[in-house]
Amino acid sequence: MLQDKDRIFKNLYGDDSFDLASAIKRGDWDGTKTIISKGKDWIIDEIKKSELRGRGGAGFPTGVKWSFAPKEPKEGRPHYLVINADESEPGTCKDRDIIRYEPQKLIEGCLIASYAVSAHVCYIYIRGEYVNEGKVLQQAINQAYENGYLGKNAAGSGWDLDIYIHFGAGAYICGEETALLESLEGNKGQPRLKPPFPALIGLYGCPTIVNNVETIAVVPTILRRGSEWFASFGKPKNRGTKIFCISGNVNNPCNVEEEMSVPLKYLIEKHAGGVVGGWENLQAVIPGGSSMPLLPKSTCETILMDFDSLIEAKSGLGTAGIVVIDKSQDIVKCIARIARFYKHESCGQCTPCREGSGWMWRMLERIGRGEADIAEIDMLMDVTKQIEGHTICAFGEGSSWPVQGLLRHFRKEMEDKCDPQKYYLRENII
Amino acid sequence: MSGKHVAKNQPKTFTFSSENIKKMKEILSKYPETRKKSAVMPLLYLAQKQNEGWIPLVAIQYIADQLDVPYIKVYEVATFYTMYNLAPVGKYFVQVCTTTPCAIRGSGKIVEMCKKHISEKEGHLSSDEKSSWIEVECLGACVNAPMIQINEDYYEDLDEDSVEKIFKSFKDDNLPKFGSQKGRKGSEPIKQRLTLLKN
Repeated sequence: MLQDKDRIFKNLYGDDSFDLASAIKRGDWDGTKTIISKGKDWIIDEIKKSELRGRGGAGFPTGVKWSFAPKEPKEGRPHYLVINADESEPGTCKDRDIIRYEPQKLIEGCLIASYAVSAHVCYIYIRGEYVNEGKVLQQAINQAYENGYLGKNAAGSGWDLDIYIHFGAGAYICGEETALLESLEGNKGQPRLKPPFPALIGLYGCPTIVNNVETIAVVPTILRRGSEWFASFGKPKNRGTKIFCISGNVNNPCNVEEEMSVPLKYLIEKHAGGVVGGWENLQAVIPGGSSMPLLPKSTCETILMDFDSLIEAKSGLGTAGIVVIDKSQDIVKCIARIARFYKHESCGQCTPCREGSGWMWRMLERIGRGEADIAEIDMLMDVTKQIEGHTICAFGEGSSWPVQGLLRHFRKEMEDKCDPQKYYLRENII
Repeated sequence: MSGKHVAKNQPKTFTFSSENIKKMKEILSKYPETRKKSAVMPLLYLAQKQNEGWIPLVAIQYIADQLDVPYIKVYEVATFYTMYNLAPVGKYFVQVCTTTPCAIRGSGKIVEMCKKHISEKEGHLSSDEKSSWIEVECLGACVNAPMIQINEDYYEDLDEDSVEKIFKSFKDDNLPKFGSQKGRKGSEPIKQRLTLLKN
């Protein structure tokens, strides 16, 4: 188990106050000026060496992303740093705790990252429902301004930085970085075609780096304690510590910061107090937020929680939102509810996603109610394949992967639910 | 996105209060001068708050005028995002999260209780016109499931007793303190906590 001394978020549970004085006592803003004085290249290089990968779901190497920003801003084209705090992936609630209990870590990270990518303005796009969290963050930002950690010559570093909060309004798709930028510009949150990537043409057509809250909040600690320290946890290319959210049918649902590549079973059995009714009562686990295909119990015995191990198991780490589903649950209904989520949240821009997400939901509902023909199971797989890879953004994959996971591991359960009276229909279709 | 219910009875005029005009200027100062349109979302919130939780169509026109953009550009934002209400909501606006992590911990029962205690139909005012409820997608408090949002506050770690207590408190405007209803501070395990013990 990761030791407390190596946990970055010492106030993850809100035992201590979020205010600036308490944050400084916990070690925030210690030597920020010195870190910045080492220069952009050093910072980006250290983050590359730490092998930090984005914590928002896609797992892109953070240092590499930063290096995509042009070296120096051109006249009339300022750079922007945008923090993605639009946490809406079902099963995920880690950024909320960083914002309400450790906001200074995020703010300090914003300053260092802004300097590294040459931005003087940083927007934090927080989901609209997090009203109270947003208030805390605004207070924290105000305290930072009052004490010289933001504004002109922030933290004595010689770098000027302003941070503004922008509230979303209940659209999951705005967690997609280009949809987020559209939303920030005052439009509907519909993703843009890539390329061009935001690092070159982003907010207001200017170079923009978009990072997740957790990614930015760990940066100051990595630079203080060294990339080697951070890279000493986890397996190669999957380094560092990570906040895992364990929800669903466990005895003690919780968030916990652990090292990467920690066994899933350990997280569930130790930190979350075990599956309700015991390990044998486990049916399946969604390992990385609702977009990631579920894992059957047999895989859960040994799987390690990191990007590459989970890809090998045909799933993904995503946001590390672990949803535990026990045997009392109807697995088809669980995934049907996820399909309903995607149907509701599709932005409607691409036809395969707009129409297909509704098809998947309705077919799963029918299968769940036992009204479907057995041939519809293959048809459902076909629909997922028609969506996946045929949309502007990754929402298409996010909506079809959980259904594919269900088909991969629980086909028999689905077949058992299909109406034998309708077998004649199958003959006609095939 | 889902369809929006637009109120039939619409007020004829809308202007920001003098306090909100000040707030509007503050909001506009966050964005570059040539990018006033970025203020659409915060201004819609401002209008919603001023108008008891919903945005009349005249307010959409008013915001469009303030920002120098066509009406449709504000209207499409107001209809795209689920948090903008275009029809009246109760003084206590209950949003029940029913996405899978909440669903497997019993949010279905909360929906039943909303039907019983607030109104049979989602999105309709209760008989005393004090509250209304809707189902919403994941509110991002999954380890504290099941949970609901009432106006701006999250009520977490719910069960039937605590929900009933909350709903009954609407009558006397005496709501219990928001947050976990099982005594948790945040997202720590309710028992057998293994980490961050020395703080």
